[in-house]
Amino acid sequence: MQDTPVFVVKGLMKSFGPNRVLRGVDLDLHPGQVTVLMGANGAGKSTLVKIVSGIHPSGGGTMELAGTAFAPTTPADAMRAGVVTVHQAINDGVVPALDVASNLTLDRLSGKSAPLLLNPRRIRREAREVADRMGLSLDLSREVADLTLADRQLVAIARAMARRPQVLILDEPTSSLSSSEADRLFALIDRLRADGVAILYISHRMSDIRRLADRIVSLRDGAIAGMFEDKPLDYSGAVDAMLGRKSGHDAVDARCAHTPVFRAEGLRLHPGAEPFRLDLGKGEIVAITGLVGVGKTALAETLFGLRRPFGGTMQLDGRPYLPVNPADAISHGVFLVAKDRADNGIVPEFNLARNVSLPFVRRLSSLGIVRRIAERQRARDQIAELGIVCRSERDEMFALSGGNQQKAMVARWLAEPSRLLILDEPFQGVDIAARHDIAAKLRATADSRATVLFVTELDEALETADRILVMSEHTLVGEHVNRGVDMDRLLSEVAGRGLRGAA
Amino acid sequence: MTLRESAIRYGFLALLAGLVIFFSLATNGFTSPQAAVFILQSVSLTGILALGVTATLVVGGFDLSIGSIATSAMMAAAYVMVVLEQDAFVAVLACLAIGALVGLINGIIICYLRVPDLLATLGMMFLLIGLQRIPTEGRSIAAGMTMPDGSTAAGQFDPAFLALGRHRFDFILPDLVPASVVVLIVVAVLIWFFLEYTRFGRLMYAVGSNARAAEFAGAPVRAYKIWAYIISGVFASIGGILLAARLGRGDIASGNNLLLDAVAAALIGYAVLGASKPNAFGTAIGALFVGVLLQGLTMMNVPYYTQDFVKGAVLVVALVFTFSLSGRTAR
Repeated sequence: MQDTPVFVVKGLMKSFGPNRVLRGVDLDLHPGQVTVLMGANGAGKSTLVKIVSGIHPSGGGTMELAGTAFAPTTPADAMRAGVVTVHQAINDGVVPALDVASNLTLDRLSGKSAPLLLNPRRIRREAREVADRMGLSLDLSREVADLTLADRQLVAIARAMARRPQVLILDEPTSSLSSSEADRLFALIDRLRADGVAILYISHRMSDIRRLADRIVSLRDGAIAGMFEDKPLDYSGAVDAMLGRKSGHDAVDARCAHTPVFRAEGLRLHPGAEPFRLDLGKGEIVAITGLVGVGKTALAETLFGLRRPFGGTMQLDGRPYLPVNPADAISHGVFLVAKDRADNGIVPEFNLARNVSLPFVRRLSSLGIVRRIAERQRARDQIAELGIVCRSERDEMFALSGGNQQKAMVARWLAEPSRLLILDEPFQGVDIAARHDIAAKLRATADSRATVLFVTELDEALETADRILVMSEHTLVGEHVNRGVDMDRLLSEVAGRGLRGAA
Repeated sequence: MTLRESAIRYGFLALLAGLVIFFSLATNGFTSPQAAVFILQSVSLTGILALGVTATLVVGGFDLSIGSIATSAMMAAAYVMVVLEQDAFVAVLACLAIGALVGLINGIIICYLRVPDLLATLGMMFLLIGLQRIPTEGRSIAAGMTMPDGSTAAGQFDPAFLALGRHRFDFILPDLVPASVVVLIVVAVLIWFFLEYTRFGRLMYAVGSNARAAEFAGAPVRAYKIWAYIISGVFASIGGILLAARLGRGDIASGNNLLLDAVAAALIGYAVLGASKPNAFGTAIGALFVGVLLQGLTMMNVPYYTQDFVKGAVLVVALVFTFSLSGRTAR
């Protein structure tokens, strides 16, 4: 390990419109070291990666590669200079219709010195060199379309490394790999580290981070919130820096539930995951927290009938419950406010009133005909209930702010009584005032049902919930009543230490 | 409402009104009831097919097989009556069943076998064009035709069936409105009401606009898509029935232009009232627009071979209207 950094970022800034995404990031990468970058959604990780890889221009600050100024204007520019990025969407890094050999040598086909005609033997020879150097044991004549996701990823990385870059950036490379597949990736990373490549590894998976990290950098709200390089690495400290409390918040008057509404026993969300038990009571709000990719959405989707559990039983009001699809879940009174409202919630061609009425348009219809006056009245009621800022219930959705769009998504499901209300990342892309409004409304209406929130940010859990459960590696690892929470224990559970034999 | 907004909203209707005024000043007899009925009759088949394809556009799909469903239905009607010697009722039923079945198959191929809509219905179009020629070994079907085995077909077109193409109802003037125009109007009102006012239509729009959101709201997304293709198939077969009734024979060479004209009408409909989305009212206006334009130009002695050019030009203008002008305000 050397002490001179090969890549230095100083005071990097970036704004999109009025939105300051990076507020002066300082980062240095050393040869032969894996630096892990952690950050919650919206912390600015992907913006940082996009600036370094030449997709976005920087908005201030400097970057230096091996002592010379580095300001790439295109991705090809960054690659030629020696900074190579493997993006999260693996298929951006490979051409499925070509064979492995062509993929490994693809970058040599463009540029001024590229030959006019293809020489298959030369391509094969050069590809063989690259594959040997990377320890890649794949049949070079196979089409990439026939490879598994993991193999495609290895090809993408090998292709990136064919240029012998000084800096390699991996953006959540294991998010869709199984653990044995991930092991092959780690072996490749070890090899590159030994070769003296400086690696920036972006991930949420604590098991990856424990396996690979030489140092950890936590990014939060567009600035570095913590840097951890003393061995042994302080994993909970890194999680705290990434997610911990931003501000003193109002303490919640935590309630205890007595009547159970939902119960799951021996539930398994993943073939290799530990089974767990989950009880949700009438009147309480339970927040399930954990890092991205630990199975929060998988649990939400299991409760809502979008996927089947791998084992265990579920009960609703004492009766067996195993919804086959969302319509079935809804008919049982189980509602889901899905995450990523633009993808999973908003119907862009519908105005506010029609978006609010969407799931229950049947109940607002007589003889199949939508009762429009009742529909608009419902929308007006919900606008008043949640304080949605709009001109009228006929506003188009794109005219509303993110917070008001989210209020509409919540209003949609609060309009009818439910047994179990599930909210997956309900505060994503929501301003603080709207977040408080939504949380207050949830608490005010919670009496008649069980409510469960899935949130990554601890603040959101602490502000809203009566009880906080911690999820890690597709199972529940901790439980806290939201009254004088032991933050050290909570953070270490989020970081994965609550797990027996954590990898 | 700004000038741009009103231009987007009412521009196409204003253009249609302008055309009508222009043609009534420039030609003789354009405003007579006979001319109006003639225009409606000329667009009735196209319009019915276009209203069907609108249903598939609403769910975010497309149906390229409507033209060949219509001609297959036409051939089937002729075959059922002339060769199988059945009556009008059986012929109509057979056609509707073919339309529904083909629509169902389209829907299953698209929703369950995951073939992209354009490709699936393109394949179906090809298949039907070939299939409709097999029973008669490529011959057109008419009463008294010679069968492949040398015998003569004994059946003939049921007069009740021919009435669908030739009967005229009294309206203002005696014997004015042909049955096909009545069918067009009934079908247009039905599909318009269905799409705009029923919860089924509402959820079909939701499926087309954001299928995941519709699924998360409990809508059976695949079922709605399949129903859209069934609607499209049935409407196309209604068009085929009217075509057979009008011609009085199963003519393998007719109906070539139906697909393109119908799709054009549905796409022109995006521009009507600034909808920027498929809608039944717009489709009807789109079909009418093309009919008015062609009739007016014909009465001004513009040669027939310019017709496709004119239709294409109208379509391009309407699409620019929809995607470029209204896109800017939608931001």
